[in-house]
Amino acid sequence: MTRLTNAFSKSHPALVCFVTAGDGDTAANLDALVEGGADVIELGMPFTDPMADGPAIQAGNIRSLNAGTTTADVLRIARKFRERHPEVPLVLMGYANPMIRRGPDWFANAAKEAGVDGVICVDIPPEEDDALGPQLRDAGISPIRLATPTTDAKRLPQVLEGSSGFLYYVAVAGITGMQQAAIESIEANVSRIKQSTDIPVAVGFGVRTPEQAAEIAEVADGVVVGSALVELVGEHGADAPAKLRELTAGLAKAVHSAAKGAA
Amino acid sequence: MASTANTFRNQPDERGHFGDYGGRYVAETLMPLVLDLEREYRKAQADPEFQREFDDLLEHYVGRPSPLYHAERLTEALGGAQVWFKRDELNHTGAHKINNCIGQILLAIRMGKTRIIAETGAGQHGVATATVCARFGLPCVIYMGAEDVRRQSPNVFRMKLLGAEIVPVTSGRGTLKDAMNEGLRDWVANVEDTFYIIGTAAGPHPYPEMVRDFQSIIGKEARAQMLDRIGRLPNLAVACIGGGSNALGLFHPFLDDREVKLLGVEAAGHGLDGDEHAASLLGGFPGVLHGNKTYLLQDEDGQITEGHSISAGLDYPGIGPEHAWLKDTGRVEYTAVTDEEALEAFQLLCRTEGIIPALEPSHAIAAVAKRAKEMPKDSVILANLCGRGDKDIFTVAEKLGVEM
Repeated sequence: MTRLTNAFSKSHPALVCFVTAGDGDTAANLDALVEGGADVIELGMPFTDPMADGPAIQAGNIRSLNAGTTTADVLRIARKFRERHPEVPLVLMGYANPMIRRGPDWFANAAKEAGVDGVICVDIPPEEDDALGPQLRDAGISPIRLATPTTDAKRLPQVLEGSSGFLYYVAVAGITGMQQAAIESIEANVSRIKQSTDIPVAVGFGVRTPEQAAEIAEVADGVVVGSALVELVGEHGADAPAKLRELTAGLAKAVHSAAKGAA
Repeated sequence: MASTANTFRNQPDERGHFGDYGGRYVAETLMPLVLDLEREYRKAQADPEFQREFDDLLEHYVGRPSPLYHAERLTEALGGAQVWFKRDELNHTGAHKINNCIGQILLAIRMGKTRIIAETGAGQHGVATATVCARFGLPCVIYMGAEDVRRQSPNVFRMKLLGAEIVPVTSGRGTLKDAMNEGLRDWVANVEDTFYIIGTAAGPHPYPEMVRDFQSIIGKEARAQMLDRIGRLPNLAVACIGGGSNALGLFHPFLDDREVKLLGVEAAGHGLDGDEHAASLLGGFPGVLHGNKTYLLQDEDGQITEGHSISAGLDYPGIGPEHAWLKDTGRVEYTAVTDEEALEAFQLLCRTEGIIPALEPSHAIAAVAKRAKEMPKDSVILANLCGRGDKDIFTVAEKLGVEM
C-alpha cells in the first residue's frame, strides 16, 4: 500500500491541504497542516505564470518567488517534510515548465528522492502525457489528473488512463479560490466519475469553510482546500502556523465526521 | 512533384505538434474547448462559404490585397539589393493583426459564441479585435497589462471608442504575458459562451496553425505580386518577430521555394549579451507556456522572464511554435536587431520613402538595411511592413529627446 492509498483507505474521507512552497515558513506551515489533521499534503511549486489560479494562490506564488524560492528549495522542503512525517502523503502541484526544465527524468527522479508520492501538473493534459507521465510512472510517482465539469463521459477514460493516487475533480469551470459549485452538481459528477474508476475522487476549487467541506465529504472520497489556507499565510506571515492549524482542525473535524463518501 | 516528406508546409501533425513543439498544454477545463475549436475549424476550412466570406471581408473591409511596393529611394540609399515592401500597414486598423481577427470572429459566429475576449500588448491586436467585434455586434473584453495601458493610451482610447471593455491586468508584472494569463482565466470560467481571439501564432493547437493560415494571405499575395511585377521570386524575405504571426504569414507560402532565403528578426532590445531583450529563439530555451511548447525567455528553474524591447509588440517572452521548428530545421534564419538599430531604421524609412513604420517592422527594416548592402544590385529583398507608426510617435519622440 502506498502512502496515498493508505490516506484514502481510512474509515473517513480524506482532507487534502495545499500551501505554496517557499511562501512563509513552509516547514512550520506544513507541520501545522499535519497537526490540524490533514490526510494529504499538496505542496505548490511556485511559477511566474499560474494561469489556472485565482488571486489568492497567484499572490502566494509571487510571495514565494520574490523570496527567491528555487526548484532546489521546493525539493528540499519536500525532503525535510518526508523526514519529519514518514507516513503523510505529499503531492507536488504546479505547472509544466518548472517541472520539465531540466528534463522529465531529472524531475521524476528528484521528486522520488525527496519522498514525493504524486504530482499534479495543471497544464499537461492526457494528450501531452509523454511530456512527464512515463517518467513519473517509471519513478513510482502517481500522476494525478484533473477532471472538470467540461470532461464529458467520452473523454473521462482518457483522463483516467495512466493516472493513479487519486483523481482531482475540479468542481467549477474556473480558477482556484473563487465561487463554489452547487453540491447537486458535484454529487452528480463525482458519482458519474466513480462509475468509471476505483481511483478515489477528491473535490476541490472554491472550498473554503468546514461547512462546505462537510457537504462535499458526504459525496466524495476527499476534499481539497487551498486558497483559504494560502490567504492565511499571506495575512499572517510568521504567525500563520497557528491560524493554519486552527482552520485545518475545523476542516478535518468536518470532513472526518462525514459519512464515508459515495464510495 | 514534391513528396510530403520533402515539404515544410505540412505541419503541424494531427496532435498539433510542429516537430517537438506546439501541442495542447492546457488545463483540463480548456481541453474539450480546444478540441471543439479544432473540429469547427476543420469544418470551416472545408466550407467554401466560410472562405468566400473571409475573402470578401478582407477585400472590402480590410482593403486587401495590400500593395507590393518597390522602395527605390531606400534601395538607392543602401546601395545593394532591391528592396520591396509588402504594405500590410495600409490595412484597416493599420497592421496585419486584422487579417487574423476577421478569420477568428467568423469562426466564433459559426460556433454560436456570443462573447469575445482577447489579450493585447501594444494594443494593435486589441484594436483589431475591438474593430471586428463592433463590425459584428459582439461584446468584447480586452485584457491589457496595466503598464501597457499606461504606455499605450491612444490605443486604449481607440478600443473604448469601438465599444470594447478594457481590463487592466495588475497580476504578475502587468505586461502582455500576464494579460494572456488573465485571458485564459476568463476563458476557463466562461466556457459556454466565450471565444478567445488569440493575437499571434501561439497558444494551444489549433491556434498556431489557424492564425498562420489566416495570416498566410500576406505571403500568398506577395508571392503572386512578385511574379506578376518582376517575373521572379525574391532572393530573401524578411519579417520581424514577436509572437511571429506576420512572419509566418509572409514565410509560409514561400517555405517550399528553396531558392528564397527567409529571415526572421527578433528584438535584441539593449543587446543579446544582457537580459534586456525579447529574443526567445536566439536567447531562450524550449519550454511550456500558454498552451504550447516553444522557445521561451526563462531562468534555469523554468521561471518566465520578462522580455524588453522598444517595441511593445515584440516584448513577449515566447514565440509561435512553428518558428521554433523552423529554427531547428534551419529553413528560416533568425537574427536580432537592437532598439537603437530599429530606431535608426525607423527614421531611415521616414526620410527615404515617406512611410512612418511601426517600431515592430523597423526591426525588419534594420535587418534589410544590413543584408541589402551585402547583396548584389540585381538581387531582391521582400520585407513585410506589418504596421504603421502612428502609435509609436510618442515613444520615438521620447527616445530622440523631443518634447511633444
